[in-house]
Amino acid sequence: MSEKIAVMLTVNGESRTVRALPDTPLLWVLREDLKLTGTRFGCGVGQCGACTVHIDGQPNYACLNPISAMQGRVVTTIEGLSPDASHPLQRAWIAEQVPQCGYCQSGQIMRAAGLLKEKSRPSRDEIVTYMQPNICRCGTYARIVRAIERALKEG
Amino acid sequence: MHDSGRRRFMTGTAGLTFGIASGTLGGMSGSNGIAHAQPRSRETGRVPPAVTMNPWVTLATDGTVTIMSPACEMGQGSLTSLPLILADEMDVEWAKVRIVHAPPNDALYGNPRLGGVMYTAGSLAVTGYFTMMRQFGAQVRWVLVDNAARHLGVPVDALTTQPGRVLHVASGRSLGYGEIAEFAVIPARAPEIPLEPLDKVRFRLIGRDVGRIDVPDKVRGAPVYSIDVQRPGMVYGAILREPVEGAAPLKIDDRAARAIEGVLDVVRLKYGVGVVADAPWAAFKAKQALQVEWERKATGWGFSNDKGFESFAAIARDPSRQGVAWEQEGNARSALQKATNVFEREYRADYAYHAQMEPLNSVADVSPKGDACEIWCGTQSQTFAVAAVADALGIPVANVKLNDMMIGGAFGRRGNRDTEFIVDAALLSRAVGKPVKVMWTREDDVKNGRFRPLYVNRLRAGLDANGRITAMHHKVVCDRVLPFADPVRAKAAKGRDNIAMRGTEIPSYDIADRLSEGIHPDTGIRTAPLRAIGVGQNCFANECFIDEIAAERKLDPVAYRVAMLAKQPRAQHVVREVARMARWEQRARLQEQGRALGVAYIDYTGSHVAAIAEISVDRASGEVKVHRFWCTIDCGVAVQPDNVVAQTESSIVYGLGLALTEQITIADGRVVQANFYDYRVPRMSDMPELIIKVIPTPNHPTGAGQMATPLVAPAISNAFAQLTGVRLRQQPMLAERVRTALRS
Repeated sequence: MSEKIAVMLTVNGESRTVRALPDTPLLWVLREDLKLTGTRFGCGVGQCGACTVHIDGQPNYACLNPISAMQGRVVTTIEGLSPDASHPLQRAWIAEQVPQCGYCQSGQIMRAAGLLKEKSRPSRDEIVTYMQPNICRCGTYARIVRAIERALKEG
Repeated sequence: MHDSGRRRFMTGTAGLTFGIASGTLGGMSGSNGIAHAQPRSRETGRVPPAVTMNPWVTLATDGTVTIMSPACEMGQGSLTSLPLILADEMDVEWAKVRIVHAPPNDALYGNPRLGGVMYTAGSLAVTGYFTMMRQFGAQVRWVLVDNAARHLGVPVDALTTQPGRVLHVASGRSLGYGEIAEFAVIPARAPEIPLEPLDKVRFRLIGRDVGRIDVPDKVRGAPVYSIDVQRPGMVYGAILREPVEGAAPLKIDDRAARAIEGVLDVVRLKYGVGVVADAPWAAFKAKQALQVEWERKATGWGFSNDKGFESFAAIARDPSRQGVAWEQEGNARSALQKATNVFEREYRADYAYHAQMEPLNSVADVSPKGDACEIWCGTQSQTFAVAAVADALGIPVANVKLNDMMIGGAFGRRGNRDTEFIVDAALLSRAVGKPVKVMWTREDDVKNGRFRPLYVNRLRAGLDANGRITAMHHKVVCDRVLPFADPVRAKAAKGRDNIAMRGTEIPSYDIADRLSEGIHPDTGIRTAPLRAIGVGQNCFANECFIDEIAAERKLDPVAYRVAMLAKQPRAQHVVREVARMARWEQRARLQEQGRALGVAYIDYTGSHVAAIAEISVDRASGEVKVHRFWCTIDCGVAVQPDNVVAQTESSIVYGLGLALTEQITIADGRVVQANFYDYRVPRMSDMPELIIKVIPTPNHPTGAGQMATPLVAPAISNAFAQLTGVRLRQQPMLAERVRTALRS
């Protein structure tokens, strides 16, 4: 595990080849090699969700997936969620003035985007359960719920 | 409050004159020598010529106004609120405003409420800069009107302004601010402009939600925190820090660390061992592979929470151990000696951790000669960051260039004078001769944490026959904070540790004889201000204590407080209003459903805040659930009302974690916890329904960033006592503590 390997994967629709130590989490490759810094480092152990991206269409922790397992996989980050930040969740996030420090919000939005793919009409309880893995230390939880509900309504 | 009409100056302003200096059209820097980052025009893509109006404002010929923001942005919204205050007085269109971070310069941008230092803390940004920002805005407007008057050949008092324009109503002529910039002559010194009093002034932007300027970027992952910074040739650093403050590395075995591909160097530091690698992962792995033996001389070795509580409680209970007085009114000691009835209780709190989402980090680039350094960091004090790096490198402050970045949460953790997490990068950059990004892992952030101290609060009250408190004595024993966080301020404070003691004072309650005093042992444990500082525990003690007295005398806790607040109408109003919102009168009915309400109030540096928690308890698990939480806040003028709501939501959620689940334990001087799996912060399912009411009043704004945090724990404890008859006197009210309390 102490020598680098080459891995090819698709990130936000583009094919990329990276070299890294095989156990390097996807997170660090995204942030430091591919300069996609919207995916954040919060805990490194899948406890906070700040690094949430979509891997093969599913929300997942970039900090827990080693690059050695990413060959041929398809990754979407916050930068690839919509071409011009016009995703219904992004618009709703602005309308509800969700972010404070903002650090966790890429992960929150990517997780919520997973929910919207899975369910067209989640209940409030389902929203809360689905969003449970993501910590916001500024405590914007109430606004996150409101923004998700708004995005569901306004599409 | 608002007026869509034209704006005049106050009577008497027209006679003011300026000493005329020279115009500076076309220059990007004014007489203060500061380069202003001037934005490009949206229409042409070019940077239009601009004139520096004063150290705060640059006006471009296309009407774009660039305003300096002197506070750091760590989520609280000052980056919007402070420039907005200036923009309001300047009478400018908000859409024309661009905001840039003010460079480190205490003389120009220091916060008057924080000793003139650029330091963002204590919810003191708006309150500290409010009048100053109004004044600078009014001066710019005056200069524009004065120039327009000469240009149009009319007297100044024939002119008014609308956002972005000066009008001469009589002739129907007008000039846009950008047009005036073309010919404006700027005085070297503008006179003091009389500002309209807050109960008369009609603000256009203040009090109207314009939306935070940082929000659109934050929903697309764009804002640049220091952890996002990349520099050409940059490498990555990690630090294995001494587990106990002051324990230097004795023996270092770095063979395994150096064997990892990508590791460039291992650097011995006074306080630990640094590794430098070509990728973050290699740096983290190498740090973990280090074998280090530490010196055992430091004070903290051997310490634990249990030892702390034992020794602190002994001091608290020993009347011969008197502390440094924090608040002293009348003579509480003698009043208590004379009182027929004395009530006495003890409250405690464990250490607590900030847990800001962005683990501490910084980037530094030391020049090849080692005589200059550029840093990128998220700091609560631009002043401290630059000074600490200059000191660590032995270079002049002027040779440190600061890039103060967006901050992924701070809560007090980034305001210590030694800014150790910034010095880390500077030292490693000097060692390897390259730009270095040092990142702490979450485990580093917890293990190297600087905590809210361990507390024992002992309170005594003298009561008259009606249960009225006639005298109060609040004795605090907790770790020293100020001497560790800021030795410079501590020296001037002469033993008065404001970070530890604030909140013991109870200025609003009508109690004639009051004394609070503090004793602050140096346990060797790292401490820091943490959101709501000492207020978080001292208000818990005060507000539980008052509730306990009311309960013993069978008095209604809301009515009891309202009576004690007789001389404070604003305070009475927030308490009465929160009681009305929560249907306090009908709380007996809730009790039948296994729920109860608890109330708490605080005057937090002038902001009046009241809260009520509705809770239930699972007696088997000991878990307390907060279902609803009502809060009223009067912080004077609410500059951005929705942001006051957002900050109040935030401070409640923060208080919820501190009250129920967040605990740092120390064993043999080391921090036991490591990450979010053993330091439990609130998650979405922990959220109560939040019902918040901002009550704006025409008073000087007094801050909103942390004012509800101290109310959460006492409101919960008071509700719990109401529900069960059992009193919880220690934060956090962990499930196992609740189970134990219910059994006894």
